[in-house]
Amino acid sequence: MRQLWIFVRKEWYHIWRDRRTLLILIGMPVVQIVLYGFALTNEVKNSNIAVLDAAQDASSIALTQEIAASRYFHLREYVRSPRDIGAVFRTGKIRMAVVIPRNFRQDLLHTNHAQVQLLADASDPNTANTLTNYAMAIINDYQSSLNRNEPLPYTIHTQLRMLYNPELKGAYNFVPGVMAMVLMIVCAMMTSIAIVREKEMGTMEVILVSPLRPFRIVIAKTIPYLLISVLNIASILMLSVYALDVPIAGNIWLLMGESTLFTALSLSVGLLISNSTKSQRMAQFTSMMSLFLPTLVFSGFLFPVENMPFPLQVISNFVPAKWYFIIVKDVMIKGLGLWAVWKETLILAAMTALLLGISIRNFKIRLS
Amino acid sequence: MTPAAVRTEGLVKQYRTKKGVQTALNGISFTTSRGEIFGLIGPDGSGKTSLFRILTTLLLPDAGKATVNGWDTVRDYRQIRQCVGYMPGRFSLYQDLSVEENLAFFASIFEVDVQKNYELIRDIYRQLEPFRKRRAGQLSGGMKQKLALSCALVHRPAVLFLDEPTTGVDAVSRKEFWEMLHRLREQGIAILVSTSYMDEAGLCDRVAMLQNGTILAIDTPDGIRKAFRRPLWAVKVKEMFRLLNALKTEPFVESCYPFGQHHHVVLRDGEDRSAIDTLIARGGYTDADVRPIHPGFEDCFMQLMK
Amino acid sequence: MPDTAVITADRLTKRFGDFTAVDAVSFEVRKGEIFGFLGANGAGKTTAMRMLCGLSRPTSGNASVAGCDVYRQPELIKRNIGYMSQKFSLYEDLTVRENIQLFGGIYRLSNARIREKTARLLEQLQLEKQAGSLVRSLPLGWKQKLAFSIAIVHEPAIVFLDEPTGGVDPMMRKEFWTMIYGAADRGITVFVTTHYMDEAEYCNRVTIMVDGRIEALDTPARLMQEHAAGSMDEVFLNLARKAKRTE
Repeated sequence: MRQLWIFVRKEWYHIWRDRRTLLILIGMPVVQIVLYGFALTNEVKNSNIAVLDAAQDASSIALTQEIAASRYFHLREYVRSPRDIGAVFRTGKIRMAVVIPRNFRQDLLHTNHAQVQLLADASDPNTANTLTNYAMAIINDYQSSLNRNEPLPYTIHTQLRMLYNPELKGAYNFVPGVMAMVLMIVCAMMTSIAIVREKEMGTMEVILVSPLRPFRIVIAKTIPYLLISVLNIASILMLSVYALDVPIAGNIWLLMGESTLFTALSLSVGLLISNSTKSQRMAQFTSMMSLFLPTLVFSGFLFPVENMPFPLQVISNFVPAKWYFIIVKDVMIKGLGLWAVWKETLILAAMTALLLGISIRNFKIRLS
Repeated sequence: MTPAAVRTEGLVKQYRTKKGVQTALNGISFTTSRGEIFGLIGPDGSGKTSLFRILTTLLLPDAGKATVNGWDTVRDYRQIRQCVGYMPGRFSLYQDLSVEENLAFFASIFEVDVQKNYELIRDIYRQLEPFRKRRAGQLSGGMKQKLALSCALVHRPAVLFLDEPTTGVDAVSRKEFWEMLHRLREQGIAILVSTSYMDEAGLCDRVAMLQNGTILAIDTPDGIRKAFRRPLWAVKVKEMFRLLNALKTEPFVESCYPFGQHHHVVLRDGEDRSAIDTLIARGGYTDADVRPIHPGFEDCFMQLMK
Repeated sequence: MPDTAVITADRLTKRFGDFTAVDAVSFEVRKGEIFGFLGANGAGKTTAMRMLCGLSRPTSGNASVAGCDVYRQPELIKRNIGYMSQKFSLYEDLTVRENIQLFGGIYRLSNARIREKTARLLEQLQLEKQAGSLVRSLPLGWKQKLAFSIAIVHEPAIVFLDEPTGGVDPMMRKEFWTMIYGAADRGITVFVTTHYMDEAEYCNRVTIMVDGRIEALDTPARLMQEHAAGSMDEVFLNLARKAKRTE
């Protein structure tokens, strides 16, 4: 019994003296609770919407105000004509549009029936569903309030249109998310591990003492992963088109081009990590902490970014996957072209140049 | 005069650790020439690996300078990296490539054809030949070492740096390895070898004894032994432990160390073996055997350490 | 069986499938003897030693260690022996004092005895000032001496040393072997395995294993005479050339 106690005490010393692991054991749950409890939520609030009010009468204005007043929605803009609706969705600024036709009030008064159309950006089907449900609930409430004082019931029919993903397939959201994850992980983590492995095994020592320029060593390390990534992207796209029925609405070459850019970015991140870690274990750990989790959390794939508290939204701007995710959704799901994603592309290119520049500068031509 | 293959002047290397500053090299200066096997003999932590890493341009010294084949290790690292062969302390080849793949790889990064310098490595590689398709990770210690040597030689380097090549290797392979080194020396290659086996000092042309980052002595093996200067006595009795303790406290003994079958005793100036004989007789020790011996390298090292 | 034999092995064998690691070895070790078990890596030394420590069950043959049978009483053996290996002996992230206390506890010494032993060890090894330092911070030679002292903290009948000395400086090595001599003088039997042939000369008797079999068993002096060799290294080379088990 005493022996048991002695051993337990020894184990306690080991744990306590390994500060890094201790930090994870104790810090991690705290971080997670804070993050999930306060910041990350599937709950939708303050989603940007647009309203096309063709009627501009007392009822339509009243209805619009009801919707706008709700904490779920933030009325971002008024759209003047049906032509502009497509455009405003394409910019990605709104998630839903409420279209009230002309003669709304007159239809209600004279026929007791009126129509309202809800258009939602279903490239994120869950959010689209939630938003349209909230909207319909508000419209029903408005309908009930109208009916309170009247003998004949008024009915407002709501027509739903899910844009880009009429069948509300979850895959539409998750394929781009998976692409971002896969590229980030394969490229960054595997590259960093591959380089650090040489350091750990000692072979790096031997090949540095040779005419081989260190930079070429690095390039040679990244090329196989570049090829593997292209293969991965191709297989993901094929599977999503043929097995999941998620077609590629936009230009496939644009998609491949953007993916290659994102791959280059991930490789640069991998290089950066490998420069500063000495063991494969550390490389793996650093990759996980600095890539996998932020990508999962901040890319917008699981949790819509606009629902996060402002500080976290700012952080998400530094996560490359967030921009890639937008690009892939816009190109693959919404079928948009380069003119729609040029801003995001530029951001990715700038990040790549910056990271690559830093890694090259920091690449150690010597040990120590 | 042939130019020096390796020249070091006052090399200093320090490492910053949590405990403070540790000095690995404390002003190392020596010169070696082509066609010479120069040995660095010292225990773990004496600075051998740090020295080799500085000379192969993998580390920057904190002070002092070094040249390899006339090139400065700091400024001209590219030139040095083209003309040296390096075998670091532990097996540093690709475990999951085969013997021939490893050799081909190193030949290609040095931009040579394996055939070109095959003469140089033929004797060594011949022993590896039957295993040429085997993965390097599955070779025995002695074979791995031969492979590493072949890869270091494939481009006919001017200088060969071997960091503890015989540590952990079986006695037969060790012997063969030194025989290979002697043959390489005939080819005019400058060879720097480090080891913690004291007796391997005798196999080198010149030796530097290293302890805690300082050179205790540099000389030919004979020179080192001659520098011992004091008569050395090997003493053996049946009751070795008791004798050891007794000798250590005697005023006529300068040093007394266990050396296995005998204790090695150095007497103070003016004393002779009669003092030992008297002690043995008085102490009632049995089966006594006292004889003068020539100092070995371990004896020399320990004397230099003081 | 002479009553001073603390280890006896009689045709001890260990097979792993088709491969015979230890092939019918027989020998005896006397109380207070420093017994060297030599051989190349892969010759079977470690496997043989593991059987004697009660860590591995023999395939056939008999052995008894400190009066305990290796088949029937392996747990009892473990309680009566000490063990030190180059790969592991002490916990690097515990202090010197904590290591002594830990192993004292594992070997079931009473608290009073642990305290007494701790004080004595620290004094003998001159580690009083480093008692509270992590073992990691000690130089290699000190670690080895400490590890050995801890391995015999419970004054076992036998202590097994598996490749105990690495590349420490000669002075440290001498001090280490002096400690071993001291232990043997106190009646502790020391069983050392090593592939450094020069360490063989510190032993009273040695055996040399080649391909799982004992090819020599005698005092170093007589072996050197028999092989007309100037050192144990040469004796070993003579015998090792016959070895088939190199690849």
